[in-house]
Amino acid sequence: MIVKSSSPIVSLGARTLSPVIQLYAFYVIAHGHYSPGGGFQGGALLAASIILVRLSSGQRIGDMQFNKALGTPLSSVGALIYAGTGIVALLLGGNFLQYAEIPLLGGDPVMRRNMGILLVELGVALAVTVTFVSIYDDLTEPDDD
Amino acid sequence: MKALRFLILFAVGGVLLWGVTQLPPRGDADHPIHRARTGAGDTVASTYYIENAYKDAETPNMVTVVLADYRGYDTLGETVVVFTAGLACYLILRRRRI
Repeated sequence: MIVKSSSPIVSLGARTLSPVIQLYAFYVIAHGHYSPGGGFQGGALLAASIILVRLSSGQRIGDMQFNKALGTPLSSVGALIYAGTGIVALLLGGNFLQYAEIPLLGGDPVMRRNMGILLVELGVALAVTVTFVSIYDDLTEPDDD
Repeated sequence: MKALRFLILFAVGGVLLWGVTQLPPRGDADHPIHRARTGAGDTVASTYYIENAYKDAETPNMVTVVLADYRGYDTLGETVVVFTAGLACYLILRRRRI
């Protein structure tokens, strides 16, 4: 169990930095089409911002930001978004993960592939973020359950 | 027993180092795997990606297109690996009386 730091500088600094890191993480995820980045990198940044608050302010305040109980369910949701995109394409008559066959994603097949990449990256980002945070939570869980 | 361990270590390390020496020189444009076309005149996969990534998905970053579209299957596997790591940590580390 990580004990909360007694220094106000540490907790205040971490709480100030965390939203900035989150904003940058969302930028990295959303801008993956145009610059280096994407789901894995953005997800790791998002997880870093959440773990930073947990390290500095303790589990109780960290749970207000992201509840521990959500950890494992949400990471399977992330993996399911990815696999689900593939299966939807399969059901609509295409190959597995053939985004051009999903009409919900937009007009012409080229744009559908563009949006399919974004959808898949969001799934990756969710899975990576939540998995990292839940591994941290598992490691620091108190002994008396 | 310790001598055997070191023998295996150096043998495997030696094989790996030998393998590295057999790699083609970096940036050698004449080497077969760095050519744009194969000897028979077919397009190599990387040439196809470079030429068609923008046309196929309207995404300037061709790394993203290869990662999430052309090689989407591989990335799905990577995501499942990350998810499995989290699941394994949950099962091993979380203490909960059943």
